[in-house]
Formats: sequence, structure tokens, C-alpha cells
Amino acid sequence: MKRVLTRRYAFAASHRLYSSAFGAEENQRLYGKCANPYGHGHNYVLEVSVTGPVDDATGMIVNLADLDEFVNREVVEPFDHVNLNEQVPAFRETVPTTENLCREIFRRLAQFSPARLERVRIEETSKNSFEMTADEAGA
Amino acid sequence: MIRLTRKTEFCAAHFYHNPAFSAEENRRIFGKCNNPHGHGHNYVLEVTVAGEPDAATGMLLDLRELKDIVEREVVQRLDHRHLNYEVPELAGKIPTCENVAAQIWRWLAPSITTGRLARVRLYESPDLYVDCTEDGASAAA
Repeated sequence: MKRVLTRRYAFAASHRLYSSAFGAEENQRLYGKCANPYGHGHNYVLEVSVTGPVDDATGMIVNLADLDEFVNREVVEPFDHVNLNEQVPAFRETVPTTENLCREIFRRLAQFSPARLERVRIEETSKNSFEMTADEAGA
Repeated sequence: MIRLTRKTEFCAAHFYHNPAFSAEENRRIFGKCNNPHGHGHNYVLEVTVAGEPDAATGMLLDLRELKDIVEREVVQRLDHRHLNYEVPELAGKIPTCENVAAQIWRWLAPSITTGRLARVRLYESPDLYVDCTEDGASAAA
């Protein structure tokens, strides 16, 4: 039996989907209202899933206090109440779609050492969600 | 293959304490979950069964049958119970979401004979859940 623990976090951020590789008209066609010049925002929900052996002494895959501390430091604090395009270096050149947000958050959380990162799932809204697993990340 | 999931809720009390650790270590490792008076959760259990639907009924498994199995194997053992004191299978274990989910898997897996148990997902709260699935090795065995 494989056991995977999932914890949910939340952050609110603004973004604009606009690529300098395309002209204004092409951006408008591709991204629609997401390309509006002043940006917009979402209440993002982040699910972080980790796996590994369950320690007999604690009954835990990972101590939630350690996971919370890491995720809050690496993702929630730098991403909450900011403009992703302007304030997260990874999105200076890369369009902050939630697909790319998944990749960036996976890259940051893959450094967590007490357990293996299994999956990152992001709900951009209650209707749209995106996920990336360790297999897909080549981990 | 089709996967069918049924949701069930139960309410239980627990706390975390390992007698092999000092009082200070218990507080450091388990935090407020170490409070010896205990606390409780509204657990939400999702049981997923996988298989092929029967051609005559169109059903993978009669939902009433699954409801009865989950009621008998899980709810009657855990609902409105103290997990540290009232569940013999958890005796000597820390009743974390990881361990409770695994025990639920052990109760359910042999009871589900139409289709097979594919996943146990146990929510301790809306922000924390554990999934148990067959691992590659046991699925192949």
C-alpha cells in the first residue's frame, strides 16, 4: 500500500497573461480578457502531496509543522498578495499561466527533503485546476 | 475500467503521544495534537472501487452493498469513538491520518469482492487528507 499525504494552502495574487513574443492583437486573441493591461487576480488554492515511509515512532510521513513551514516560506509568502508578473522573478520572461505556476511551484517544493514531492495541484478558480506529478517532472 | 467513489463521514477523538519520547519531545514533535485530553475531527472518507460494470445491471458494484460494507467495517468501529482507546487495531500506534487511513484500507480490502479497492482517501479536515492506493509491487503480486 502506498500512502500519500496532501495538504491544502491558499494565496491570492494578480497576474496578466501577455507574451512579448506576440503582438498586441495576437495576445488579445490568445489570452482574451486575461491580457487586459492592468491585470486581474485569483484566490489560488494549492494542494501539495508528499509520499514516503511512515515513521513508526510518529505515525507520520512528514511532520505537518515542517511541511507548513517549508511551503509557507517557499511559496505562500512570496506568492501571496503580489503581482506574479512583476514580483516573482520566474515570471519576468515567462507567462504566469497556471500551467507555468505549477512548474515553478513544483521546482521550489521539490527541494523539500523530509519526504518526496508527489504532486502539485493548483485551483486557479473553483472551475479550473492544474496539476503536475513527480513522474511528469522527471523526478 | 470504471472507478466508483462513495463518500462517508464519521466523527472521532484522538491525540498523539509516544511513551518512548519524553514529555518535552512529545510536545515538540506533536504540538497541540499532544494535548492528553484529546481533540476531535469530522473525518470524511472516500472509498474508491475499480472494476468493470456488470453487463446485465450496468453496475460495477451495488452502492447499497458498498454502503453496508463501509458502515460495518469502518463507521461502526470509528464513529463517535476515541481512536487511542477504543480501536484495538490502532493500539500502540499513533492515530495519525496516515495510520487511520491504512487501517481503513486493511478493513475494506478483503471485504470488497466485487471489483477491487482502488483508493482510500481520508480527510482529517478540509485542508489535510491521506490517500492509500495499491503500490506497484502489491498490485503486480
